Order: sequence, then C-alpha cells, then structure tokens
Amino acid sequence: MHLNSWGMYPIVKNTPYTLKNEEALSDYINGTDEIIPYGNGRSYGDSALNEKLVYCKPYNYFLGFDEENGILHCQSGVMLSEIIDAFVSKGWFLKVTPGTKLITIGGAIASDIHGKNHHVEGCFSECVEEFTIMLPNGKVETSKKGDELFLATCGGMGLTGVILDAKITLKKIESQYINQTTIKTKNLKETFEAFEKYSDKPYSVAWIDCLAKGDDIGKCLLMVGDFAKDGDLNFKEAKKKNIPFNFPSFTLNNLSVKAFNWLYYKKAPAGVSQQKVDIDTFFYPLDAIQNWNRIYGKAGFTQYQFILPKEVSYDGLKEILETISNSGKGSFLAVLKLYGKANDNYLSFPIEGYSLALDFKIEPDLFALLDRLDQIVLKYEGRLYLTKDVRVTKETFEKGYPMIEKFREFRKKHNMDKKFQSLQSKRVGI
Amino acid sequence: MSYVLIIGAKSDIAKETARVYAKNGYDLYLAGRDINSLDGLAKDINIRSNVKVELKELDLTKFETHQDFYNNLEEKPLGVVVVAGYMADQKECENDWNKTLNTINVNYSGVVSILNIATNEMEKERRGFIVGVSSVAGDRGRKANYIYGSAKAAFSAYLSGLRNRLFERGVQVLTVKPGFVNTKMTEGMDLPEKLTAQPEDVANDIFNAQQKGKDVLYTKSIWRFVMLIIKHIPEFMFKKMSI
Repeated sequence: MHLNSWGMYPIVKNTPYTLKNEEALSDYINGTDEIIPYGNGRSYGDSALNEKLVYCKPYNYFLGFDEENGILHCQSGVMLSEIIDAFVSKGWFLKVTPGTKLITIGGAIASDIHGKNHHVEGCFSECVEEFTIMLPNGKVETSKKGDELFLATCGGMGLTGVILDAKITLKKIESQYINQTTIKTKNLKETFEAFEKYSDKPYSVAWIDCLAKGDDIGKCLLMVGDFAKDGDLNFKEAKKKNIPFNFPSFTLNNLSVKAFNWLYYKKAPAGVSQQKVDIDTFFYPLDAIQNWNRIYGKAGFTQYQFILPKEVSYDGLKEILETISNSGKGSFLAVLKLYGKANDNYLSFPIEGYSLALDFKIEPDLFALLDRLDQIVLKYEGRLYLTKDVRVTKETFEKGYPMIEKFREFRKKHNMDKKFQSLQSKRVGI
Repeated sequence: MSYVLIIGAKSDIAKETARVYAKNGYDLYLAGRDINSLDGLAKDINIRSNVKVELKELDLTKFETHQDFYNNLEEKPLGVVVVAGYMADQKECENDWNKTLNTINVNYSGVVSILNIATNEMEKERRGFIVGVSSVAGDRGRKANYIYGSAKAAFSAYLSGLRNRLFERGVQVLTVKPGFVNTKMTEGMDLPEKLTAQPEDVANDIFNAQQKGKDVLYTKSIWRFVMLIIKHIPEFMFKKMSI
C-alpha cells in the first residue's frame, strides 16, 4: 500500500505501518528512525508524508460515551463522519468541524482544525478534554487541556508523537437541519459589511468569485446559519457520487472556472434569502462527491490558505484578490471566513481576522504566483495554514508563527525532533 | 431485532461488516477464537448502534464442538456471515502439511461443518440468509497461492450448491469474492491501488448485496472482469504464466 495526500502532490514512495495496538506501536517506534502519523490523508500537502508513516485510521474503536456531559472517548482513527453517523440521531453534533467530515480525530487534533464557527467556538482543541499520545521513547502519556504537551500537540502537525485516543465534548442539537441565510454581495466592501452584520450567527462562510475584476472584486455568496429546533433527528447520510478517475489536466481552465463561478453565483437569488438545509449540505458539500480532488488531473493541486489580522484584512484581501485576478489563474473554490481570538497553542493557525482559501491546479508558474502572495501576506502580518501547504519556505513560515521557537525547544527537549518528521517539517525546519 | 452470527469476527472485514449490520438495527453474535480480544469491538458497536452484541467462543477446526456451539445460541440467528479465513504463505504450506491442513480446515472443512448445522435449521424455518466470504483466489488456481485458493474454490462450490438446494426454501445464499483488500492479512504486500478495496467498502458491498438478494458479489466490482479474463486464458498458456 502507498499513501498520498489530498492534493495528490507530491507523490512520494512510502511504507505505511498500520497502528494496531500500543505494544506493537511501541516496538515499531523504537525500531524506526523517522516517522509521521497519517490519518485519512485529507491534509492537502506534505504535512503527513514521509517515507515511513503510521497509518492510524484503522485504529478506530469508540471506547465510551458519557451521556450526561456529552463526552465521547474514542481512538484516534475514528473519523468525524462516524461520530456524526452514530450521534446525530441521539441529538449530538461536533462542537467544531471543518468542511469535510472525512478526517480522523488524530488529524483534527494535530491540525487543530477549525470550522465555520471559529468566531464563536474556536478551534477543535476547545472540545478536546484530554488525549493519550505515544512519545518517541514508546511510552504513553496522558495530556490534559492546558499542559505543555497539549499546547504543542494541538496544531503540532503530528510532530510530538502518535495520538492514541481522546476525550472530546459534543454539543447538543435539536435538529438535523440548519436554518441558512444566503447573502449575495456585489463587492468586497459589501462582503465585509455582511460578515460583520451577521457575526452573531454561529456559522458563517463565504464563497468568493476570485476571477471577478475591477469594481466586482470580492463579490460573494455569504452563507450563515444555525441549527433549527424542530426536533427532527432522523439523520440519513446523503448519497455519494464518485469521480472515478483523474480528469485530463485541461478540464479546469480559466474558461470552465469562470463558467462554474458564474453559474454558482447566478443560481442564488439576489440580496438576502432563506433556506433550510441538512447537515451534509451545509457543512460538507464537497464530501458528496467522492475523490473530487481528481478533477484537477494527474498533476495534482494545492490549497493556498492564509489569514490576516482583522484591522488589515480588507486592504490585504483586496491586494491579494487583485493580484490573483491579474495573474489570470482561476481558483475553483475560494472560501472566506471570519475568525475569533487566537488560542495559546504553539502552532494553531487561526488569529482574529479573515482567512481566504484558494485551490490551484499544480502548474509550472503557480509557485511563482504563490511566492508573490506570500510577500503580501507577510506585509500584512498574516500567516499560512500548514495543513494545506506544500511549498512555503522556512523564512516565510517562521515570520508568521512567533511561537515557533517554543515549539522547537519543546521538541528538542523531548527528543521528538529526530523521531517525528514529515517532508513539510523538514522543509520549514520544525 | 433479529440476530446475525458473524464467524471469524476478528478480521478487519468482519469488524466492518458487524458495524454495518448493527447500524441497520441487527443484533449480533460475534464468534471467533479468543473472544476476550473482541471486547473492544463489542463495546464499540454498542456505543455506535445500541444493539445487543454477544461474544461466542468458536474454533472452526474443532468440528466436534460445532453442534453444541449452535445449540447454545439462545435465539437462532436470522443470518450467518462467514468471514473466517486463514492465509498462510504458499511456500510454507508446500513444505508443512500442518499449515496446509489448517488452511483447508479453516477455509473449508470448518465452515462447512458449521454451515451444515445452521442451514438445516434455516431450511426448516424457511427463512434466513448465509453470506460466505470466499475469494477471487478460488476462481483459478495459481502457483502463487493455490493451496489457499483451492480451499476457497471448494468453499465457493459449496455455497453454489447450497444456494441451489435452499432456493426453493426461501433461504438466500450470497457468495462474496473480494479481490485485494487492505487488511491485516495483506499488510506489507505491494497491492495495486485501483484493484484494492478498503474493508469498510467491502462491508457495505456485502450488506447491500445481501439485502438485495444477490447471489455472487465481486468486490471491488472490477474483479468480476479481471477474473473473467483470468478464467478464460487457455490452460496451455496459463501454465506458463506468472500472475
């Protein structure tokens, strides 16, 4: 077996070791030089790639559920989709979920993922009460909210050890439906105004047409919402479609992206409209199409996700959107989100402000454009998201993460720096 | 609700199949050797699906215990899913009769022994289903694994005959032929990605095929075509090939 990341770039030879139990893993860790844990392979770039991987997904028992407090104890390979399958009908949902439910608990902790409700609920680590982790010496340690191992591991990209199991708090829901409001805006100014106006809504996300030019730059569909209270918890997973093979690389070009964006924007009613949608439609629209990464063709793709501090978000985004628009490179998906305060974890991505995520097909001149975008991000004191990244330089990365030295020291002190390494950690020197 | 008996419950395919049946409301008997190692799975399924899960000790190679095993099931199962399998290295089997015998006993004799007992009961009741997980390796003997393959071939033939016998009695028999599956059994093998299924996909395929009343399931489905070709290569050519 051979494992790739979601962007299918880079393709590297690797030998996965399947996590079965603690004893065997301990032997494996003691006998292997350099490894990185791998969950369901949904990080986009090279953060979970190396020659030797610990494949954690099959390690997926539910271990206990405390109904009174809504605390689920499960092994690290359990996927968010499995939690949804088991618990929505009982009136529980994840406190924090990203735009895909096909990630493991271990991955959610290691990336300290966030969702459409970051401005209200924060990152995934907020709902993590404690976890156990195997350290480089093969010993298992329990880490609780607030201790140093917790601060380093949440957002630590699997570089502190192999997460074995975790206790996470779920949230009570009274419906499997979300009352959604869609706001269609005409430019970036309107988009920002809409975000602020609806910032009391727990969930919000905007899709931006990044091929728009001139006065239209930043026009978007903003979707905000909250769970309904109708008592309907009869959850059935949506039927899936599949992309059976890699599309030829010319499928996604400027014209087709333009057409898609135009259609998507066009189909929404003007101004403000209301819808009632289910969990899969609201949170996980892309999960309905299995292997959607194949539309980018064999060369693969990457996602460029950055965040800018709130006070400069408008200026920074405008400059970046103009740069992309002038480059003529289309991004099929461009997602804008509002974030609340940063947490204390050493490497968690979110800071208070706005982030934009853009998908790009891998092409020869792409990285030159992304390097230019890096400079704008740094100028506005923003940072990039390691979970999506495949090419950032050490210098650019470091400038965005002031707590990196603390993380490095912690790794060194506990001998994690030699044992746990990904292609990404070697590139950016963590 | 009705019980489904899963035999060989320790395997990765069994684990996922058990979860799918539980998700759809079936209670479970999980049978295998060393049932203590199944405690974790029983608890897992219970948290996920709130169904009854009972663990039952069963050694397929101890034929004389099988009647008692079945008699001791308080409520007789509506369905029996046989996932038990043992794949030893072909070369080792060629040189070690005990390994060969164990391959035959686990993959064929043992499951026949237990299914003979279960199906007599189902025939009387005129309802129920049998799912037998055989293998594409049983479709044609190849030098790489013909001892395992021939035991699976015998099992496939048994299931075909059983289906023929029980059809009029309203008992369904489903033969499952997985190709490569990413499991403990195949860890470390360099399997081609496009032909390799994940255990959870195999489990969903099994459940759907069983519920639809199908007879033979290849999973992934592409294996039906792969094996169609392999079965039709003339023997004078096949004997020279290494596939």
